[in-house]
Amino acid sequence: MSRRKFIKKATLGTLAGLIGADIVFAASMPENYIPIASQEPNLFQLFGKSKEMTVLNSKPWNIEAKAHLLDDKVTPNKAMFLRNNGLLPEKIDVDNWVLTIDGESVKEKKTYSLSELKSKFKHYTYQLTLECGGNGRSEFDPPAKGNQWTIGAVSCANWTGVRLKDVLEDAGIKEDAVYIGYHAIDSHLSRDPNKEPISRGAPMAKALQEETLLAFKMNNDAIPLAHGYPLRLIAGGWPASVSGKWINRISIRNKVHDGTKMTGTAYRVPCKPVAPGEKVKDTDMCIIESMPVKSLITYPKTGAIIKENKKLNIRGHAWAGELEVTQMEYSIDFGATWQKCTIDKPVNRLAWQHFSASISFPQKGYYEIWARAIDSQGVKQPMVLPGWNPKGYLNNACHRIAIKVI
Amino acid sequence: MRENSNFRTQVKTFYAFLLVCISLLVLLSIVLLMYNSNPNIFTSKKELDIKDYVEVSKEDNYDKIENGIHVRTGFKEGEGLMETVNNCTNCHSAQLVIQNRMNKEQWVETIQWMQETQNLWDLGDNEAIIINYLVTNYPPVKKGRRAVLSPVQWYNLEDE
Repeated sequence: MSRRKFIKKATLGTLAGLIGADIVFAASMPENYIPIASQEPNLFQLFGKSKEMTVLNSKPWNIEAKAHLLDDKVTPNKAMFLRNNGLLPEKIDVDNWVLTIDGESVKEKKTYSLSELKSKFKHYTYQLTLECGGNGRSEFDPPAKGNQWTIGAVSCANWTGVRLKDVLEDAGIKEDAVYIGYHAIDSHLSRDPNKEPISRGAPMAKALQEETLLAFKMNNDAIPLAHGYPLRLIAGGWPASVSGKWINRISIRNKVHDGTKMTGTAYRVPCKPVAPGEKVKDTDMCIIESMPVKSLITYPKTGAIIKENKKLNIRGHAWAGELEVTQMEYSIDFGATWQKCTIDKPVNRLAWQHFSASISFPQKGYYEIWARAIDSQGVKQPMVLPGWNPKGYLNNACHRIAIKVI
Repeated sequence: MRENSNFRTQVKTFYAFLLVCISLLVLLSIVLLMYNSNPNIFTSKKELDIKDYVEVSKEDNYDKIENGIHVRTGFKEGEGLMETVNNCTNCHSAQLVIQNRMNKEQWVETIQWMQETQNLWDLGDNEAIIINYLVTNYPPVKKGRRAVLSPVQWYNLEDE
């Protein structure tokens, strides 16, 4: 009797298990699965980003800020743009993470664990401006290929790490060293393990700057995964693609690094000015180094309606790649006249600077406030689009916001 | 007595054996029936991704079009839509395609670049269909040297 019962139970159990298969099947739906009908990703849940950020591309993830979201003096993660060339790493093994320094011009190939890096070398913290080379691409005409960034692919966070210089010198740099190239663990969009999504770098002079870091902290916390955890190269003032994420190898090269996105039209512009839409030969393209002078009005948000006779206080940030911003101006008459803003000194080299002004409007009506930064060499932001280039880099045209006085 | 009990044990054993056989038969037929209706039912969970899940869902049409938009990708409805969906959204999202406005020549170049560096396959006859779909539905827009600020969302600015 008991055996019969047992068999019956067992059979039923198995049956239930099998019939229940489609329930199990449904349960295997990924945890962060976004229902197809409503493909609004929860940016906060995924990356800790503000819901007001703009998703340009979800594969690979490319997200930008809006000007008013960048009002903080130090950019928090929630407002930091996200640029990816490939797929985010799926597994990070921090305990066994190894950074290799190799290349033709390293005296001795060396490896460091994360704890070795942290204990062997002195730590530094700098506030560093990172701007995507293609920030502002959306304005180019004829259109340039790639993610159509508007104005929000810039950030200035605090980065903590060791100086790349100290690590490279520990391994030993040969006299013929020209460039460094980074390698990382992210995967190519095609998932081809033999392809790197991006492997860029910088000339030795930039690599050896005091502010060029191998960072393990952002704003005093571990770097968020999407921003390069556990180790990121940070080269402020240069296209942010130089600041490679998820770094596990740096090669000291005896020639200009030739990794993915170092050649062709990627992060390169015509060496000599060209007409809009003109074909440019590969050999006539030059690698972008320092980013140009630029600024952003972060308060108020565009579209503000104010009462007549009220003063409007504006503020924002200005930066100039390797240089410093020495003057800041605004115009409420489309550039016919310019007034001075107050501009702070940077907290350290390569950090953006904060400006402010108090504006009176002569009468009711529609206004645009245009902001213009001037760098230490007297170079100003253009009011119209700067020189066209095939991939739409380096748009540093003045930022402007719309205001109505009623 | 002993024989009798022996016989009872044998019957019991036979009965149990029969029950197991029948259970197994029933099980096997259910398994076969289920496999027949869905051959993927026994593949491991790891192989499942969002796409597979959506494909077996009966409530949702995988390639549903609403208000002239292919819901799953965001592409506009038009001739060549499915060729574009099937060839251009495997590695990257449709958003990357939609935000780029190019003419025929530039699309040809871009496809060549993807074939040379990004592992894109030969598109065959679909290439012309896809390019035609893209230049028809997503043509380049003239922007000039600086566009008008629009659209502006107006709001009353309160005192700080």
